Amino acid sequence: MDLSYSDEEKAFRDEVRNFLAEKLPKDLRDKVAGTDGDGLTKEDMERWHSILNDQGWLVPNWPKKFGGAEWNAVQKHIFEEEAAAANAPRIVPFGFSMLAPVLHKFGSQEQNDYWLPRMLNGDDWWCQGYSEPGAGSDLASLKTTAVLNEAGTHYIVNGQKTWTTLGQHANMIFCLVRTNKDVKQQEGISFLLIDMTTPGIEVRPIILLDGAHEVNEVWFTDVEVPVENLVGEENKGWTYAKYLLTHERTNIAGVGFSKAGLNTVKRLAKAEMSNGRPLIENPHFAARIAQVEIDLWAMSTTNLRIISKAAGGGTPGIEASMLKVKGTVIRQEINDLARRAAGVYAMPFASEALEGSNAGLPDPLGAGPVAAKYFNNRKLSIFGGSNEIQKGIIAKVSMGG
Amino acid sequence: MNFELTEERQMLQDTLRRFLRDRYDTATRNKILDSETGLSPEIWQELAELGVIGALFTEEQGGFGGKGFDLAVVFEELGRAGVVEPFLDTAVLAGGLVADLGNESQRTLVEEIIEGTCQMAFAHGEPTSRYDLNRVQTTARNVGDAIVLNGHKAVVVNAEAADHLVISAREGGEPSKEAGISLFLVPADTKGITIQGYALLAGGRAAEVMLDEVTIPVSARLGKAGETFAAIEARIAAASIAQCAETLGAMDTATALTKEYLMTRKQFGRPIGTFQALAFRMSEMLIEMEQARSAVINAAGHLEASRKEREINVSATKNLIGRVGRLVGEDSIQMHGGIAMTQEYELAHIAKRIVMADHRFGDTDHHLERFIALGAM
Repeated sequence: MDLSYSDEEKAFRDEVRNFLAEKLPKDLRDKVAGTDGDGLTKEDMERWHSILNDQGWLVPNWPKKFGGAEWNAVQKHIFEEEAAAANAPRIVPFGFSMLAPVLHKFGSQEQNDYWLPRMLNGDDWWCQGYSEPGAGSDLASLKTTAVLNEAGTHYIVNGQKTWTTLGQHANMIFCLVRTNKDVKQQEGISFLLIDMTTPGIEVRPIILLDGAHEVNEVWFTDVEVPVENLVGEENKGWTYAKYLLTHERTNIAGVGFSKAGLNTVKRLAKAEMSNGRPLIENPHFAARIAQVEIDLWAMSTTNLRIISKAAGGGTPGIEASMLKVKGTVIRQEINDLARRAAGVYAMPFASEALEGSNAGLPDPLGAGPVAAKYFNNRKLSIFGGSNEIQKGIIAKVSMGG
Repeated sequence: MNFELTEERQMLQDTLRRFLRDRYDTATRNKILDSETGLSPEIWQELAELGVIGALFTEEQGGFGGKGFDLAVVFEELGRAGVVEPFLDTAVLAGGLVADLGNESQRTLVEEIIEGTCQMAFAHGEPTSRYDLNRVQTTARNVGDAIVLNGHKAVVVNAEAADHLVISAREGGEPSKEAGISLFLVPADTKGITIQGYALLAGGRAAEVMLDEVTIPVSARLGKAGETFAAIEARIAAASIAQCAETLGAMDTATALTKEYLMTRKQFGRPIGTFQALAFRMSEMLIEMEQARSAVINAAGHLEASRKEREINVSATKNLIGRVGRLVGEDSIQMHGGIAMTQEYELAHIAKRIVMADHRFGDTDHHLERFIALGAM
């Protein structure tokens, strides 16, 4: 047992820290501070991608032959931790860490040669077409169809996808579609790459309960997709989707977000007065903060244990599900504390702050949209496999079902 | 023991529930929320004509209710339908203070309030007072025949729409003393009052009210100089009861929507409510709803009791409703999944109302501490 980092890892951390101090633009840092980056524009995100790409750190998880850095899990973790602490924008994951690994493993040479450079250059913005109105937790029941035309040159796609995150910025979508209705659900699904400028595609915004526009519905009516855009084999899409999900679950614990969130809570509780004294001196409130901090310390170590295992070549199994559940519970508890700390000033609808301006908002604490954030982050325990689905997986695997 | 509503209250409940079911759906509310004023004058007038405001005042004050259970009946229905109009602020808080403390000429306002032709707001909380009612730093000083107000009032709900403000200010004593707090009834357009308005997350609007050398006649005084704390506390108690009843109504809607969804939404070939993990959580919510209903009855039944009995019941109920509210708000969203996160769906607004209620008149923690301080242990 040794809880400290190796010399190489420490040197790497310094390198990351220096890079962030030097290259992370101040305006981006300011936009991300205290907001998880909710107010970033498409241009903001692309600017950060481009800075990282110049450094060769945009896709550190990719194999070197595709232009990646082949960081191990500990290096990735160090980068994510430092980036969160420096209020760097998050790397938009859909292309770089979700689609790309699937292409590396199952895509053709031509597909890799064509799509990967475009991704790195920022020519394409990818989004994910998985969930449907009738297929949420039960993803395999999806109904969007893709039928080969008579000439065998195109698939004709019809159906509807939903909860498409940042789909409003995207020009490309990777989709799970049904290509065979006569077999077991999981065996009739294919993985298609679809150009969103193709006629027949309509993107409709979904406004969330905090007023934010981050997800969309995507409708497909007789959309023609060239057969070259099929990834791997027809009807093997479910295998690829499951492979992708294991990549989606990296950094699932959100330790960096929780640490940043806890700092916000402490800052608010020092500024807010209760009964004539700073709220943080209230033993009841201080106990609430301490309780979640203790949980966060332990989870942070669980996270590192799993990362270490992965760096040593082990594959995380149900631990990823465990981290997702615990990570979201802790993060949501911190959002709850931030809201509580702000007291009466949690009431204003601070969505204007998301647009980058606090003008017209009373905010003597600098609390920002803490209540909106609390509501928005209810999504954490719903998306990417709800916490109930994760618990089902943990029970099934651990009890040998 | 009798837990039935009186015939009059039952009728009021039925009428109000029917009216709001017909007139106040999600689309109607979303339109009101998008509007500049954040309230509908038509709905306000129609509800006034139904007697909703009159039910919040006693017969001596010109109404036909005003007791704890009258408030509870009205606000449970307003909460069930997610009504965003400021009945709490105009009638229970500011209107109630005028009815309780006003002289004959000031009390003529109550008639207008009941008719639905006057909007009011209570400007009491300040940027550093959090939930403490005694912390007033705004000052009132006598200058010749006039009184001059200076200070900053925080998150004053309905200030922009208000024709009159009831403003608290200190005329003596330390900033944390109960003694020394006075009230003034002031037209909202009085020189020196600046109102900086904004929308609230859970609907309605509030404002920061800045008082800069606001000069008013002595006739603006509401109640006795420096001796209004008891009246303020009693009105906040009434408002807390109304708000808890409103949250109870909103939670009833949230549980009904969730139950319906669990029985109709299918995944893995069956209604999701048949999965025990969700069925048990639904049961948990229903158990807590009974607790919440009883807590509201406890508080409403003690509004007319002695100060200590009243306050200890208010704190107990605010604490319990705060806890159950968080459970119902969060679990009803979780059991729905993504759909409950969308603005178009009824639950989105209802859940915000339930949770944000904890940020007014003291939250779960505040009232737990207050329950202890009031000597229940």
